[in-house]
Amino acid sequence: MSETMSTAPAGGAPAAEPEDDAILQVRNLKMYFPVKSTGIIRRTIGHVQAVDGVSFRVPAGGSLGLVGESGCGKSTTGRMVTRLYEPTGGSIMFDGQDITKINARGLKPLRREIQMIFQDPYTSLNPRHTVGSIVGAPLRIHGVLPKDKVLGRVQELLEIVGLNPEHYNRYPHEFSGGQRQRIGIARALTLQPKLLVADEPVSALDVSIQAQVINLLRDLQKEFNIAFLFIAHDLAVVRHFCPEVAVMYLGKIVEVGDRETLYNHPNHPYTQALLSAVPDVSQATIGGRRERIRLEGDVPSPINPPSGCRFRTRCPIAKDICAAVEPPLLQIGPRHKVACHFPGEIGAHPTEPVTQRLLGVDAHGQPDPGASPVEIPSGPGYSDTWFDLRSNALGRS
Amino acid sequence: MSEAFLSIRDLKVHFPTTDGIVKATDGLSYDLEKGKTLGIVGESGSGKSVSSSAIMGLYRGTNAQVSGQIILEGSDLLTLTDSEMRDMRGKDVSMIFQDPLSAMHPYYTVGNQIAEAYKVHNDVSKKAARSRAIEMLDRVGIPQPDRRVDDYPHQFSGGMRQRAMIAMGLINDPKLLIADEPTTALDVTVQAQILDLLQDLQRDFEAAVIIITHDLGVVAEMADDVLVMYAGRAVEYGSNKEIFTQPQMPYTWGLLSSIPDVTGDTDVPLIPIPGNPPSLLNPPKGCAFHPRCPHRDKVPDGRCATELPELLAQGSVPTHLSRCHLTDPDRVYEQEVLPMIAPDRVGES
Repeated sequence: MSETMSTAPAGGAPAAEPEDDAILQVRNLKMYFPVKSTGIIRRTIGHVQAVDGVSFRVPAGGSLGLVGESGCGKSTTGRMVTRLYEPTGGSIMFDGQDITKINARGLKPLRREIQMIFQDPYTSLNPRHTVGSIVGAPLRIHGVLPKDKVLGRVQELLEIVGLNPEHYNRYPHEFSGGQRQRIGIARALTLQPKLLVADEPVSALDVSIQAQVINLLRDLQKEFNIAFLFIAHDLAVVRHFCPEVAVMYLGKIVEVGDRETLYNHPNHPYTQALLSAVPDVSQATIGGRRERIRLEGDVPSPINPPSGCRFRTRCPIAKDICAAVEPPLLQIGPRHKVACHFPGEIGAHPTEPVTQRLLGVDAHGQPDPGASPVEIPSGPGYSDTWFDLRSNALGRS
Repeated sequence: MSEAFLSIRDLKVHFPTTDGIVKATDGLSYDLEKGKTLGIVGESGSGKSVSSSAIMGLYRGTNAQVSGQIILEGSDLLTLTDSEMRDMRGKDVSMIFQDPLSAMHPYYTVGNQIAEAYKVHNDVSKKAARSRAIEMLDRVGIPQPDRRVDDYPHQFSGGMRQRAMIAMGLINDPKLLIADEPTTALDVTVQAQILDLLQDLQRDFEAAVIIITHDLGVVAEMADDVLVMYAGRAVEYGSNKEIFTQPQMPYTWGLLSSIPDVTGDTDVPLIPIPGNPPSLLNPPKGCAFHPRCPHRDKVPDGRCATELPELLAQGSVPTHLSRCHLTDPDRVYEQEVLPMIAPDRVGES
């Protein structure tokens, strides 16, 4: 375990940002979609708990990666942050302003600050509009430039994203997939946003084009100091782009941390399984396939998620307590949080639940009258004190 | 080397269009032995799927022009009549498609569709075919197969549908299984399940497998031999280990340098291949990759732009072929490419 601790940036290295520089703070965010019955009177008979209480922060000019499998709620989270959905609960603070319940009029100025890049460059561009009109639309809608200046700005943007500025008169179908994605990026950049939500920005592209687009996004981030919420299912791409990564499963964040810790010392069994499932090119040099953690079955339905820990039905180390009590997202390192009763590196998971004293329950998850539960901070970001796995107590390491 | 089980010789698949001929596959040759896995990698439009669909005879009755030889156990599939090919398809050679939702009929139960594949090639009763379908569903790891056999495809999850497709593909003990992007539509943990399953089944059934994918990681873990395709042609062919440790073709180098890795160094920027894949209507003259190749200046007289290189053994391994004019690709790889993509491996080999 000492390895985990020593990976923290030594003595206030620039990697650790102060808490107040966050451009986006999300607290206990929830999105429940109603499920309607069939028939004439469509009553609500249940809810899809697409996102159920996630908290995270994105520093100004930094990036946070959201990874997980389909249906884990990562795209829904992105759409709530851009306010394409109105959250069911929780709060979104953007640049000091609460945008959770903001109305349509209030949203318009917000659109200049938060923009989105979509996954599929074929369906996200209107085939009947020229590239110039697509990229220039935000300028016209927001009236930031006089009409005669729009074309100049559009050409400038096309040049920034690596397209020929003379092609503003062409239609989307005249471009390849990678070029279309660049058009989508140019459109998102038009109003000089402070935050870009990139929802699977490269997964529809060929490998050689993926790298071009990732490098472009990196350059743009450096040049314009844009913060990214980077949503992807490809763990390698996220690792490459984001210094900090959150792993989601069935609407919840199960583990979040800086990338060195998360990829080299994952503590949640789901993160471990996810990482071990990624096919790796370097395997060819060793030969054959390595031992991997096999997860049985599929992700359960978010309409009726399992009690307690939502991963327990597929978890190789689940015990009684996992069905009884939901594990809190507990900070176990300077920049590392994990939601598991038995956090530990592969093969080193504790045999007794570490959360038992904090939650005031016994080893099987039943309420323990003798114990005194502790308030566990559930907000975004990290605190200076954390739960030390070696001593099993809250405190500074 | 034993007699090859499958040999493809100079396979060409051309599609005449109003704008000209699209040469989707243009002179492809390779061999595959029984019980082995061949991985075909390439970007969209490189001809990897087209060449395999041609093996299945899926271009019969279309205006595609297919020429060359596809020799499976001594007989040329291209000379078979349509009814002979129909007997072969699904029995000796079968295919798994990328998207199981669109590859299955939504109006028929899963069991029905699997049983049909069996009934077509075997003279058995409905009941026997059904129990064979249940047996296969069980074999591919579907829980409660006797109940799930009557489900419709939409009642299955993505991973289960792909398992059902595999059951359908393997129900007649095929000698050759073609898997076209079998895991691209799936999540990583489900992908791992399906790859494990394919590997187990291959061991049991002793089939030869062709895996078509754009994911180099999948190929690295699954394939014995690797074929890299670009613009309808094989540009590099060799054993898995050779391709990933001593690649010789600049396009393969480009592919390897453009993918991020879950274990590598995050500070190393990705080195993309500049430009876009060429149009197959009007591919570049000479080596199709030369407009995007960063090493073309090392070849004298601009031969890359005028002369198509042959697919030849360049290094010390006679079975490792590549299509490139570079005189000493191993040296260029070790001195220029490797330090950029994997600095930690320099000087190892």
